[in-house]
Amino acid sequence: MNSMERTMAAISHKEPDRVPLFLLLSLYGAKESNTSVKNYFSDPLLVAKTQLAMKKKYRNDCFYTFFYAALEFEAFGGEVIFRAEGPANSGEPFIKNPEQIRFLEPPKISESAGLKRVLEATELIKKEDGGQTPIIGVVMSPFSLPVMQMGFEKYLELLYFRPEEFEQLMRVNEEFCVAWANAQIDAGATAICYFDPLSSPTIIEKEKYLETGKKIARRTIDRIHGATAIHLASGISLPVVDEIIDSGALVLGFSDKDDIEKVKTAAQNRICLLGNLNGIDMVNWNQEDIDRKVSRVIQLAGKGGGLILSDNHGEIPYQVPEHVLLGIAEAVEKYGTYPLRREK
Amino acid sequence: MEDLEQRSLEFEEALLQINRIRAAEIFGEVFEKEKEFKSLESLVVTTLERIGLGWEEGSVSLSQIYMSGVICEELIEKYMPKLNIERKRIPKMAIAVLQDQHSLGKRIVSSVIRAGGYELIDFGIGQGVEELVSKTEKNEIDILLISTLMFPSALQVKELKEKLLADGYKTKIIVGGAPFRLDSKLWEKVGADADGKNASDVLRILETVWDGGEK
Repeated sequence: MNSMERTMAAISHKEPDRVPLFLLLSLYGAKESNTSVKNYFSDPLLVAKTQLAMKKKYRNDCFYTFFYAALEFEAFGGEVIFRAEGPANSGEPFIKNPEQIRFLEPPKISESAGLKRVLEATELIKKEDGGQTPIIGVVMSPFSLPVMQMGFEKYLELLYFRPEEFEQLMRVNEEFCVAWANAQIDAGATAICYFDPLSSPTIIEKEKYLETGKKIARRTIDRIHGATAIHLASGISLPVVDEIIDSGALVLGFSDKDDIEKVKTAAQNRICLLGNLNGIDMVNWNQEDIDRKVSRVIQLAGKGGGLILSDNHGEIPYQVPEHVLLGIAEAVEKYGTYPLRREK
Repeated sequence: MEDLEQRSLEFEEALLQINRIRAAEIFGEVFEKEKEFKSLESLVVTTLERIGLGWEEGSVSLSQIYMSGVICEELIEKYMPKLNIERKRIPKMAIAVLQDQHSLGKRIVSSVIRAGGYELIDFGIGQGVEELVSKTEKNEIDILLISTLMFPSALQVKELKEKLLADGYKTKIIVGGAPFRLDSKLWEKVGADADGKNASDVLRILETVWDGGEK
């Protein structure tokens, strides 16, 4: 099986030849290319070449065209702060008070240099790979993006106490999110990862999520012309698995704080799980740790397909040693080849 | 005491529903009955501790913790003058976000500390190591609380601690934030004196760190 076939089997809840491995390598490409994070993401050709090289080196089953979380914030006119050996951060929020929201308009993709670079990298990868490997594009959910647009505290005040302005902001963000997702699909992305950390019960209570984030996800995903994964970026998912399935996503990025067996039971044959290795902890792992962690996820969630092994946050940290990633690839071959062997 | 425990449960319910009005009513009723700051402080601290534990267990969300902290801070702020209570200024404490621009964690911890009746200096967000060393030394801070969101920022605590020690400052550093939750030993690796698993933990940690500290 090639990576596309392997992944499609897992998503269809069938057992492929082995558990697919999605190492979500984004800024790690800068380390591999021995250049700064800023330089790396300014060059779509370099990103494409490095993605192709990293797939081969780490036996990865996906390409990941996520540049940095603040990309969409940047398209809205926000400042992005680049740093050595870390992800680019969003600068000061540009919505200073809720009154500004009624004047806010969705940015045009054709007018954002950053977004266009992602599309160019996507096209280059697709052209070179010819569709043998899933290309995973990324959007920030309309519901979670305001954490950058206006800051967490002001956004929570908006969410709980300013329903009209909240709805207006969601309308703007939804329009942009749908356009951005579909532009990536048109450029060659196989699926879109809809990052929605705010919808996790770690961040907001389920009742509020049902009134807000869940409805927004449903509306947005309905308009995306391709397969979608919902990723809660380390936040727990178990209490909202049914709602995430109902949102129309085919894949769920779950947390290392989730009970794997319970999430597998809740998801069974309805949504494919993506996760749940702890990327921060990965920095410290030796081969014994790798074998233990990888085999555990596969044993608990791999049976019958429906599992893609990945980290639980959506990005491999720059500080993770190369030998850990190579070790994970080894461990997936060893423990993730179907039929799965029964571990004591 | 039993009544205060019952009031604490009612207060918790109001806070988790983000019902400012009900929370204020309960707080006011406790004030009318007890007429002492200690009872109000106990109401806030025990309730916030339980809410923090709920977050650890996954039954309470971060936004509920944040809003609970803000409401408690507002109430304490309102009632302190009525009882002629002044904020505790010892140990001298400050809080900052190292490198990152995300201030929610700092805001939550600040609310809890202020709700506990302490004075706290806010050094702001996006602080560099040098900037923070300078502010800490200038203000002769006993306990510095550091919030981080990104992993590389968390790693910079090590440099911060080393620079303070090199300058002869034995400031205690308490860290918190996502990287420290995801790697439970990270706080030790970066040389911090303690870490908070949740914001409500901070009052207990302050006592431990300060009681064991060199005053």
